[in-house]
Amino acid sequence: MRRFPPLASLVVLAALAACQRAPAPPSGGSVLRWGGDAEGGAPFVEADPADPSKVRGFDVDIAGMIARGLGRRPQFVQVAWASIEQSVERGDFDLGMSGVEDRADLHERHAVSIPYYEFREVLAVRPADSARFRTLDDLAGHRVGTLGGTGAYRILLDASAKNGVMPISYDDDVHPYEDLVSGRLDAVLLDNIIAERSLRRTGGFIIQPVPVAVGHYVVLMAHGRTALRDSVNAILLARMHDGSLERTFRSWKAWSAAESTYVAQALARAPAAESGTPPTSRSIASYLPSLARAAVVTLVLSLLSMTLAVCAGVLIAAGRVYGDAPLRAALAAYVEVVRGTPVLLQLFVLYYGLSSVVRLPAFAAAVIGLGLNYAAYESEIYRGALQAIARPQLEAARTLGLSELQILRLVRGPQALRLALAPMTNDFVALLKDSSLVSVITVVELTKQTAIYATNVGSWVVPGALCAAIYLVMSLPLAHLARRLERRWSAA
Amino acid sequence: MERGVSHALVVRRLEVARGGVAVLRGLDLDVDSGELVALMGESGAGKSTALRAIIALEPFSAGSIYVGDVELSPGPLAPESRLRALRRSAGMVFQAHSLFDHLSALDNVTLALVHAMRVSPEHARERALELLESLGVAHRAVALPRQLSGGEAQRVAIARVLALDPRVLLMDEPTAALDPQRRDALGRTLRALAREGRALLVATHDLEFARSWADRVIVLDGGVAVREGPAAAVLSDDRAASGCEERQGEA
Repeated sequence: MRRFPPLASLVVLAALAACQRAPAPPSGGSVLRWGGDAEGGAPFVEADPADPSKVRGFDVDIAGMIARGLGRRPQFVQVAWASIEQSVERGDFDLGMSGVEDRADLHERHAVSIPYYEFREVLAVRPADSARFRTLDDLAGHRVGTLGGTGAYRILLDASAKNGVMPISYDDDVHPYEDLVSGRLDAVLLDNIIAERSLRRTGGFIIQPVPVAVGHYVVLMAHGRTALRDSVNAILLARMHDGSLERTFRSWKAWSAAESTYVAQALARAPAAESGTPPTSRSIASYLPSLARAAVVTLVLSLLSMTLAVCAGVLIAAGRVYGDAPLRAALAAYVEVVRGTPVLLQLFVLYYGLSSVVRLPAFAAAVIGLGLNYAAYESEIYRGALQAIARPQLEAARTLGLSELQILRLVRGPQALRLALAPMTNDFVALLKDSSLVSVITVVELTKQTAIYATNVGSWVVPGALCAAIYLVMSLPLAHLARRLERRWSAA
Repeated sequence: MERGVSHALVVRRLEVARGGVAVLRGLDLDVDSGELVALMGESGAGKSTALRAIIALEPFSAGSIYVGDVELSPGPLAPESRLRALRRSAGMVFQAHSLFDHLSALDNVTLALVHAMRVSPEHARERALELLESLGVAHRAVALPRQLSGGEAQRVAIARVLALDPRVLLMDEPTAALDPQRRDALGRTLRALAREGRALLVATHDLEFARSWADRVIVLDGGVAVREGPAAAVLSDDRAASGCEERQGEA
């Protein structure tokens, strides 16, 4: 960690104040976009139980301090925690800060602020094992869980090479502790903040007092934005100096300077005087508007993607049925590549991989990614349906003087559509649910919003049921409509 | 190439091979306007292939085909855009009638009128109803093909072809799905069409039908015409008649 001499920081601050204060309009002019993951939950970033369309947490407060220092208005951008690095480089937002851990290679690829918080990687074990598993060395041959992609995970990987600890990677920070309590894991290694939060919430384990390692949270900025980094550093130093940073962490029960580890731990063990979690019954109603908005995102996203999938699918199918050999081969290759690779990978490539060539907005990338993926499946349905139309009908149409295009439009197409309707409905319902994948490229849709609230209220039961109900409400009428159409076409 | 002036359909030394096997090996036939000709022979003799070559659904390797003023040449099939004249001169009623499953009887008849002949929908409808009426199926105009009996479907298919007013009408096994009564009704219909001056070439197994209704019979065997003449003469020849019937029994 880099230490800044207080004097130097004051000089920087003064310089900054001189050049920032003057031109900044009092109303706060431009917007400072900062990205974080509200699924990470309190005390970093969480949906505000009082108004779930807003976020709160110490990262939110610090982002606010930085924005004010820059004379700008803070604007939150939801991004999956694992995607913060790519997204900030892509320019989706100016600052990435949601418990972003400092590490050496981060500085090679990004502009990185000074640490604004020092945390400890702590071991959580079942109470019965408190004497047995004190350090990582004690855990040789045992299963130790953590959040994938974190510093704790890298520590576990090193330990597995050294003394045979078995690292288990999770996508979230709730399940490791549940698995610890239920006996699937023997220990969990994670930031003290996360460990203490889980202890308050679920309990059933203890946190070993001696930390395995020490780490730091930093603010991430795109490579080359050194001027912004210097300003951010100056602001952070100023807020450390005037004590407002400490007040913020104290207000989130997260004040644990390295020199007062025990104090912080004692504070956290005390049945925290509320840092979230109001009664569930109240919060459900307050979450409904945001869930409804997220459901609209899911629905619009699915409809647009399906429209693209149908149009592209029709063209691909027509090309494969009517085209010449090279075209047929090219389209077959497209279908096989798209069907044979995960849609998640395709979304990543489209959004992050191609960002140096085309910088698609997240929602557009989501529509195009899902649409082109489903186009491959749709095209196979249409191809099969086109080929299922009896040949004599097509020959009769030719002898009646209809052109190939007319035959496709008037005879083959309409009949193929009737055959394709049931599998298309099926695909649309699947797409409705697959649309949840686009949260990896920062689009907040129904599932992501549900996950954010589940973290918020500390349980998946009610948010999960609510989310499932909303998906059903969206998919059932569609299935019903398709059945009616089918009946109308087959009866008559 | 010598052509009879009054012939509506002329086929000379027609050769068709399919998958390296010769199906037609030099077929000659003529059909005059106003004439109903039965094309007979056992299954696989090449009757359907001959019709498909004449209507340009199948390429032929040698010989020539004249439909009215339209000449078809050997080699790959011409694109539909160059077959317009043929499509206006000749029509075909397929064995499994091949109605468009998603359209009503009436719409089956009007489809090509509206979209290929550019007749206004009102006129097309009028003409289609007239035709369905004359064939005795006007009461089934709104029915879908799968709701029609075999005989009704066939009459709708005939109406669909007649809507385009072709001079040459080809039919493949029209009596296959008909009971004897319907068969005679069909015969009367086809005779009436011949009287209007159309040339009819009907591929059939049905000796009785040919004897009762055809002006002339051409018997195919091994891809060539082996016997030809007035129905009474060819089919009263006991050997030929019994030969045909035996072969039919085998098939």
